[in-house]
Amino acid sequence: MTAPQCTSRPSAAGHTTHGPARRSVLAALGLLGAGGATVGLSGCGSVLAGVAGTGPPHDSLTYWNLFTGGDGGHMVSMEQQYEHAHPNVDLNAVSLTWGNPYYTKLALAILGNRPPDVAISHLSRLPTLAEADLLEPLEPAVLARHGLTADKFTPAAWRKAHVNGKLYAIPLDTHPFVMYYNTEVFKKAGLLRSDGSLKPIEGTDGLIAAMTACQKVTGHYGGVVNINADPATCWRWFDTLYGQLGGQVLADSGTKVVLDDAKASRVLSFQQELTVRRKLMPSSIDGNGVIQTFGTGKAGILFDGEWQFPTYQAAKVPFSMAPVPNIMGGTYHCYADSHSFILPRDAHRDATRRDTCLGLVRGLLDASMIWAQGGHIPAWKPIQDSAAYHKLKPQSDYVAAANAAVYDPGGWYSGAGSDFENIMGFAVAAVEAGQMSPDAAIAQMHSKLSQYASKPAPVGGTAA
Amino acid sequence: MTTNAVTVPTVVDQPRATGAGPRHSGRAGWGMLAPFAVLYLLFLIGPTLYGLVMSFFDGSSVRSGLGPFAGVANYTEALTSADFWSSMWHTVLFTVLTAPPLVIVAMVLAILADRLRHGRWFFRLVFFAPYVVPVTCVTLVFGWLYTPQTGLYSSWLNDLGIPAPSWLADPNWAMVSIALMTVWWTVGFNFVLFLAGLQEIPRELYEASAVDGASPWAQLRKLTVPLLGRTTLLVTMLQLIASLKVFDQIYLSTHGGPNYATRPVIEYIYDMGFTDFRTGYAAAVSMLYFVLLLAVSAVWLLISRRRARRA
Repeated sequence: MTAPQCTSRPSAAGHTTHGPARRSVLAALGLLGAGGATVGLSGCGSVLAGVAGTGPPHDSLTYWNLFTGGDGGHMVSMEQQYEHAHPNVDLNAVSLTWGNPYYTKLALAILGNRPPDVAISHLSRLPTLAEADLLEPLEPAVLARHGLTADKFTPAAWRKAHVNGKLYAIPLDTHPFVMYYNTEVFKKAGLLRSDGSLKPIEGTDGLIAAMTACQKVTGHYGGVVNINADPATCWRWFDTLYGQLGGQVLADSGTKVVLDDAKASRVLSFQQELTVRRKLMPSSIDGNGVIQTFGTGKAGILFDGEWQFPTYQAAKVPFSMAPVPNIMGGTYHCYADSHSFILPRDAHRDATRRDTCLGLVRGLLDASMIWAQGGHIPAWKPIQDSAAYHKLKPQSDYVAAANAAVYDPGGWYSGAGSDFENIMGFAVAAVEAGQMSPDAAIAQMHSKLSQYASKPAPVGGTAA
Repeated sequence: MTTNAVTVPTVVDQPRATGAGPRHSGRAGWGMLAPFAVLYLLFLIGPTLYGLVMSFFDGSSVRSGLGPFAGVANYTEALTSADFWSSMWHTVLFTVLTAPPLVIVAMVLAILADRLRHGRWFFRLVFFAPYVVPVTCVTLVFGWLYTPQTGLYSSWLNDLGIPAPSWLADPNWAMVSIALMTVWWTVGFNFVLFLAGLQEIPRELYEASAVDGASPWAQLRKLTVPLLGRTTLLVTMLQLIASLKVFDQIYLSTHGGPNYATRPVIEYIYDMGFTDFRTGYAAAVSMLYFVLLLAVSAVWLLISRRRARRA
């Protein structure tokens, strides 16, 4: 609802709904401004600075993030810890709604020369932002002065923070797709050892056996995963299994579709077998239904992101968490993404200011024990390897997933909240619901993805 | 949808106002109009023209400027895109599914509520109340009602021994489910317009016809419905335009799914312009959609002009 969205579609806006009408109003305001380029009204602070024509004060930092809910609360505590240690810095933290609105605002704020000093980005979104030349590459020597070196981070996340060999982000966490299991159901189903630890589940047969055993106990379902109106979760579940087969979807920065039909078909058929053929999992369920089903013990297993941890903690269901088992039998993989810190491109940033920015990053990383409580695996090794984190259960039980992470493939239309996830997820959902055959779904994936792959990327370059 | 309320009176009164007033008051009239005209130019006409220009360029939301000139490439791409046409069809399908019930149900409810002797205010409130509920709450509540298996509607049908569809998750039912939700939610607005229309019908006509021996059914058929004609036309056109603008409840409840089965054209524009950064292309699709809305509005204008001339 703020100005940066406006350039996207002012045309129809005036004739459609109330919201866009306001956007077109702001678009026009933007046009009135010098050369029409000053659209980026970033935070309140920078608006005032923009109006007054002065730069931001030297020791004030603007930090944009996309955390709301439980994560938002944790991030505020971390910010407070930083502010306590750095009373001379005036931290102006702005929380925005995650997803497209966030990335649109971020991009337009940078283009409008009013970027935040530090911002959060998903690592899966990083290639697009970097190739659009919106970020400042980070020099290892400068980072080292703040103790931010490669050996202090989860290797998979650190690798993904690079684009074309250059580092563009500092990972905060890894948030993988994991397995939740109801400890009571598992105990009755004989899936736990006598000490309460999880007996390994291996292969498709292993998962079917475990789910069948759970179903006998619950009387409803063995497991559950969200399907309806949630393409992202459908994609994550598919990608976890497909990744275990070593499958790739896109190559060459998204210009090539390399979806392996045989592997995808194996995964989709198995997903359909669980829902439609064996009825071990519901074939039609939405977000509320999933929470209800697992939260009231009607299923023994839930596949979902670890960020749902607070939800089930509040539901008082006896559960624990583990990495998704190796179901397809290849090299172990699971879907994951990471939150990371980025420094948006900013002509006004000098060395001192850069140091202040990196000081904030370091401060928040040092406080990331708080972050871990929400379920995210801290990427900062000093926390990840600490005794305190190891004692944090079940959060520390799936650390292995951080290193086995498969991220969304590179491509301008890929990444968290992208159309790539929608295209893949909608097709997967149709298969899981029994509305489409695996072959038809694969054909649909190919046809929709190739439309994107063949188009010139709307990012990168400096068009007049 | 809420914006319609504002335009109603001016549009209705337009035919009456034509030709009134001597010539010399024109300048003062323009002066009075100026604040509106300036804002209208700046914030509506201006951006629309800018959007038209954008649609001929290959613009991107992560680049500054208009981008390279694309000619009519954006238009040819849209017109040959299966996704564009299917989203257009979903918008039209939604309109076909919602406009008739929203007009007819609203009229029936208004006529019934108008006949009441006692507690009329209560029924007016009850029928209008859902319209006040924000879209987020409506989709949240209906999300629960439509929950497969355990939702209220599914358990009712199951209790009756009828197998319940998966509502929002079934491509054949999703649009119908959204249409039902929309009818419940927005019928109150049309209901109020019809109530106002009913109040304009002189009571003497009913008394006179009753004296002449007309049955209540004949009164309804020969008196109420024809005299509501102008209101019906207005409500129908407003409803068509409101339905063609559908986005929020679909986006919130199905995200355009299952498997794109409900994605309306506005969501397509949103997906292209915001998610995919392709602002030039999104502007071109917006223009095509604008043409559709313009055509519908033109039909409205023509019909109401003809009626005004006849009256």
